[in-house]
Amino acid sequence: MSVDTATVRHIAKLARIAVSDEEVAALEPELNNILGWIEQLQEVDVTGVEPMTAVIPNQLRLRDDVVNDGNKRDDVLANAPNAEHGFFAVPKVIE
Amino acid sequence: MSDYRIHGATGEWEVVIGLEVHAQVVSNAKLFSGAATAFGAEPNSQVSLVDAAMPGMLPVLNGECVRQAVRTGMAINAQINAWSRFDRKNYFYPDLPQGYQISQLYHPIVGEGEIEIELEGGATAKVGVERIHLEQDAGKMLHDQHPSMSYVDLNRSGVALMEIVSKPDMRSPEEAGAYVRKLRSILRYVGSCDGNMEQGSMRADVNVSVRKPGQPFGTRTETKNVNSVRFIMAAIEYEANRQVEVLEDGGTIVQETRLFDPDKGETRSLRSKEEAHDYRYFPDPDLLPVELSDAFLAECRESLPELPDAKRARYQDGLGLSAYAANVLTAEVETARWFEQLLAATGEEHAQRAANWVTSDLFGALNRLGRTIEDSPVSAAQAAELLTLTADGTLSGSLAKQVFEIMLETGQDPGAIVEERGLKQTSDTGAIEAVIAGILAANPGQLEQYRGGKEQLFGFFVGQTMKAMQGKANPAVVNELLKKALG
Repeated sequence: MSVDTATVRHIAKLARIAVSDEEVAALEPELNNILGWIEQLQEVDVTGVEPMTAVIPNQLRLRDDVVNDGNKRDDVLANAPNAEHGFFAVPKVIE
Repeated sequence: MSDYRIHGATGEWEVVIGLEVHAQVVSNAKLFSGAATAFGAEPNSQVSLVDAAMPGMLPVLNGECVRQAVRTGMAINAQINAWSRFDRKNYFYPDLPQGYQISQLYHPIVGEGEIEIELEGGATAKVGVERIHLEQDAGKMLHDQHPSMSYVDLNRSGVALMEIVSKPDMRSPEEAGAYVRKLRSILRYVGSCDGNMEQGSMRADVNVSVRKPGQPFGTRTETKNVNSVRFIMAAIEYEANRQVEVLEDGGTIVQETRLFDPDKGETRSLRSKEEAHDYRYFPDPDLLPVELSDAFLAECRESLPELPDAKRARYQDGLGLSAYAANVLTAEVETARWFEQLLAATGEEHAQRAANWVTSDLFGALNRLGRTIEDSPVSAAQAAELLTLTADGTLSGSLAKQVFEIMLETGQDPGAIVEERGLKQTSDTGAIEAVIAGILAANPGQLEQYRGGKEQLFGFFVGQTMKAMQGKANPAVVNELLKKALG
């Protein structure tokens, strides 16, 4: 599998990352290099090997159904470029 | 299944419907954070730094949400997956601060199940459920508060949803409506979702396609976020007719997302993105797989209440109720709960009388007062007392109705009303005989006609006697004594 410049632009757009033409030109071989490594890894026969989900034996921890967070509107909004009346305010998006 | 058809110019079309119902899980805290889930709070007051996706924040799964999803799966006899996993669904929108929704694409917690639906005329049908998975809700956007800005409230961001995906098994708006009503009923019995469609606790994405009967499935459209049973049915009807029109005009159906406009009763295209949806799902590296122990699963199963189908069958077969009564008493969990409190007080031997009273007298009164059974002015205990007073002969049927009206107005106990207002039915033969003698003396003309063979005048004498005794005479005793006096 390999990517062309159109795919690089598509991926960048999906990730909302602006890339210049020069960057696209540089990213294409870089991404293909990475994909090459992945392809090499895929040659390993993993038949019968359980996928590893943690490096040490570990179980998902669950939280109790208790309200112990929230009520920090000012903190939540502190980094927002724009906030009004307790809401985040963003350029109008209407579908 | 259904013989519902769209009659087009080129013949009949069958409609194929699948529903994705988003049901908000009943929990105090969110799916991955300790912020509250209560409806109607001040904007952004129920948001943790996890829900706002601040850098470095990590999700911790709420065990109760897992339990509710598993219980829901068990209630529809579904496959429960003891091993499931969360994935990231990546997209950008202002109501999604993480830039991805944590969901379960590859390994949902609940697999295939099925729901039995009741159709008009007593027919039933089965609708398959493909899967149920847990996922985060997004925030809420307000577009009409500012000329050039949209406002974002993240209170809902991170609240747990169950996405319940049906198979494309429904063939008419009626079946889709029955499916949503039944699903809602089950969720409310289980207690895993409050089913409040006005507040958005339950909403459906409606997938519709049409085909000539016997042909393969056509291309479907998805109408998003429809929030009432009536709108779901209207959206299906509109969309099916629209598709038939497009196809018969030689056009093709585009697989797209549409929006239902309740004011106009129509669907319209939401967006035909130049970029196809590409969510780039991958396992969420912040979360380990969800592994459920046998003990956890056993606890979930034991915690399930008697479900609507089982309850309905028991009411019919065990209590001898009519199919109609069994249906209306079990459709809503609150009604069933109320009825069972009533039965506990009266004893099950009075089930049929109690059912008749609830479905006619109580429902009639609640309807008239615009109330639901949850805020009924008369409690189940008070109703039981009223039924007992009727059963033991203290009250006649008409006196019971009078007492019930007073109970609705004052909230008093029936026993107190009977005492206070002297509404007790009398079987005192001496008193009744005295009144009858007076009535006969006062109506010599009628008496003569009756004795001359005009027997329908018997009712007149009953009426006069009851009236003279202010409705408090035992009707059976009145009948008996009148017959004796007239004969």
